[in-house]
Amino acid sequence: MVESLSTENILAAATGGVLIGIAAVLLMAMTGRIAGVSGFVSRLLPPYTDDAKASRLAFVAGLVAAPLIYTATTANAVAITVSNSAPLLVVGGLLVGFGAVRGGGCTSGHGVCGTARLSPRSIVATAVFMVTGIVTVFVMRHVIGA
Amino acid sequence: MQIVSTFIAGILFGLGLVVSGLINPAKVLNFLDLAGTWDPSLAFTMAAAILTTAIGYRIVFQRRAPLLGGSFQLPAATDLDVRLVGGAALFGIGWGLIGFCPGPAVAALSSGMTSTMVFVGAMLAGMALARALDKPSFRLSTQPKI
Repeated sequence: MVESLSTENILAAATGGVLIGIAAVLLMAMTGRIAGVSGFVSRLLPPYTDDAKASRLAFVAGLVAAPLIYTATTANAVAITVSNSAPLLVVGGLLVGFGAVRGGGCTSGHGVCGTARLSPRSIVATAVFMVTGIVTVFVMRHVIGA
Repeated sequence: MQIVSTFIAGILFGLGLVVSGLINPAKVLNFLDLAGTWDPSLAFTMAAAILTTAIGYRIVFQRRAPLLGGSFQLPAATDLDVRLVGGAALFGIGWGLIGFCPGPAVAALSSGMTSTMVFVGAMLAGMALARALDKPSFRLSTQPKI
């Protein structure tokens, strides 16, 4: 039995997933857009311009506000433990940003929205990034031992 | 209205990331670490998010258009090309190095941690680079213009 698989953990994990799903459905129902974070964020960068910039900014603002709202309403801290190796953060960030735009989506656009639409491109992309993610963690933790 | 509903969707999405623990790179890396400290709970997040979205989209797409007007903007591409697979592969490597994908990284900016800012800065640079490569002047194609 895996320790992290308590009923509480599963419930929290599934509830979070339902919230993400509701957000994606709400966005599609109201505005007709896929909830793809890399698409939203990358189209905020110059020189890209169109009339939906304010909406994209609103989504990003909502993302940033959410942890603050959570802490303010539940008095629970949000656990975030991340590497403090600057070179690793830079390489990881570059790959995530470049790969998401090149591949046309990330965990949200491909992984959730595209997979829910049974888009073959999204299912392939999700399978590929899951595999390379798993292999990378394996190499980092069990081969190199970082 | 467009901006308000997108903001609300962003908050719900962000709350989902917080409640599920997807915002925490340490948890994501354990999710990807099948051979070590595997934490399968995020699989429930993925499944719940996809299921909720699939059901919700089904209901939403019974309408001809989004509630706030315009049209449903769904990706038209269908080909499984090198760009898709290569982009997704690089994305997965970056994801596996740090444990951040774009949504959680942006939401985690609210923590004010330097690591998160370094990651997001590099991610934006990676996105800008991928967009720049997309510009016609960078295309290697020598097909004659018709």
